[in-house]
Amino acid sequence: MTEAIRAEGLVKNFGKTRALAGADLSAQAGTVLGVLGPNGAGKTTAVRILTTLLPPDGGTATVGGYDVVTDAHRVRQLIGLTGQYASVDDGLSGTNNLVMIGRLLGLSRADAKARARELLAKFGLTEAGGRPVKTYSGGMRRRVDLAASLVGRPQVLFLDEPTTGLDPQGRSEVWDTIRMLVSDGVTVLLTTQYLDEADQLADDIVVIDHGRVIATGTPDELKAKVGGQVLEVEPADQARLGDVAAVLASWTGDEPVAEPGAKLVAAQLANASVLPGIVRQLDDEGIELAEFSLRKSSLDEVFLTLTGHRAEDEATASGLATERDGATR
Amino acid sequence: MTTATLAAGQPPTARLSPLAGLRNSLTLTWRSVLKIRTNSEDLLGLSLQPIMFLLLFTYVFGGAIAHGSVHDYLQYVLPGILVQTVLFATLGTGLMLNQDISAGIFDRFRSLPIARWAPLAGAIMGDVTRYVISVVVTVGFGMIMGFRVTTNPLAAVAACALVLVFAMAMCWISALIGLSVKTPQGVQTFGFTAMFPIVFASGLLVPIQTMPGWLQAFAKANPMTLLAAACRGLMTGGPVAVNAGESLLWALGIVVVFAPLAVRVYRRKT
Repeated sequence: MTEAIRAEGLVKNFGKTRALAGADLSAQAGTVLGVLGPNGAGKTTAVRILTTLLPPDGGTATVGGYDVVTDAHRVRQLIGLTGQYASVDDGLSGTNNLVMIGRLLGLSRADAKARARELLAKFGLTEAGGRPVKTYSGGMRRRVDLAASLVGRPQVLFLDEPTTGLDPQGRSEVWDTIRMLVSDGVTVLLTTQYLDEADQLADDIVVIDHGRVIATGTPDELKAKVGGQVLEVEPADQARLGDVAAVLASWTGDEPVAEPGAKLVAAQLANASVLPGIVRQLDDEGIELAEFSLRKSSLDEVFLTLTGHRAEDEATASGLATERDGATR
Repeated sequence: MTTATLAAGQPPTARLSPLAGLRNSLTLTWRSVLKIRTNSEDLLGLSLQPIMFLLLFTYVFGGAIAHGSVHDYLQYVLPGILVQTVLFATLGTGLMLNQDISAGIFDRFRSLPIARWAPLAGAIMGDVTRYVISVVVTVGFGMIMGFRVTTNPLAAVAACALVLVFAMAMCWISALIGLSVKTPQGVQTFGFTAMFPIVFASGLLVPIQTMPGWLQAFAKANPMTLLAAACRGLMTGGPVAVNAGESLLWALGIVVVFAPLAVRVYRRKT
């Protein structure tokens, strides 16, 4: 297997803000690399560098073996980009957007039209093809965005938060499309704030925070890295939730999480050998159990462990404005 | 499957031929023209604006100026409104560039293996269509109102061509504003603020003799005065050569100064 994407020590500053502080990325051909991080983590900046839109201040990157700075024109022939900001033209119809890109890529008028028809059909947009894109729903718009990045049959596809702002149905449509592309052998780099999205689609995940890679691995490896498993205990009598939490705390050393309103207590478990002891003590204290289960950590918990804050925390704070501002400058 | 010339498996080429760059620009010109056709609001505004100015200026000021003869004032003011209309229309160039950049359309273009200058060239070439629409509406409606070309049709066409050439120079200033300002609203505010003194402190709408001395000096140096005078000469008679020649020199000067500036900002920005 060859490396389709390779980045070493990428650095990018926007004024005093350090968007990337030496990030390394790598994706094997034909795989999906998930770049996971909160808003403002540097995901979009990394994508913009890899797609030749932005020169790095430090470090090197290659796509398909070509340097993104010195061989940008070659890289552009290999890639497709669907971003939060790389967009289609609102004022044109879906068909004309795709025909325009086909023509820009050197297709004849007839070929560009045929390719547009083919892609619109593939994305279920045949009916809407003649209407201006500004009349489309969010999901349709995202699909035409995706179609636009596929006109040139890219080998490497960059999807910058492809499902942000979509409803659950729109998300699952985009997910299906991505799976279809991967089965065609396309390499995909996908950025996302959604942990389940990376878990669902990615072969490998890179977690970035404040411009740095803080963890890499397969979804399973990442889960294993941070204790791996979560024990969930639900007492039959809800009044004893506090007692359950105390027992779990004493055995796992973790601060058990009892969500307000939840019926169960969850705790990270580094070592499964403490389980018999926990069961015995719960029994000794006369706590009757409704549920006692062990599961792998969700990526949400992985993120919390790795960064010390929840993935959603920054999204509502300063994140969006600063990253967007920086990225377009 | 492999209808594309860019099919997978073909090794990518190191650079783009200049011919391909020209083709890219033509494709993007097609896009701009298509947008004018499909954006009925822009088209309506583009047509209504000169009609409104013609009606307002002719009937509001006409009686007061030109010794009370509305027809005489129309004969005087139409070439001026022609210049003014096309000048305002050039703002659209900056506006569209600005919108394309903030909407991320330029990012898509830049991720494609096309000539870097093609989106800018396409936007500017496509806008010539808008200027032509402005010219046709202004002259056409003026004639409905009673304006008559008293020279010959060929000279009138030359006047329109002169205005178009000048507009293609002015649109570089607009492009520079559009590329430098953050939001489309900013382009409009900034553009109109810059354009009003150029339009009004000139011989576009009134003869400059009644202005105070210092303003007369400005108005005389204002290229709009020269351009309007040249158009008047070509459409209703009077001296042409010097005014037309100086207008063209101004156009050249504007291109020489502002085109490189706009291209520089464009390169930095994109």
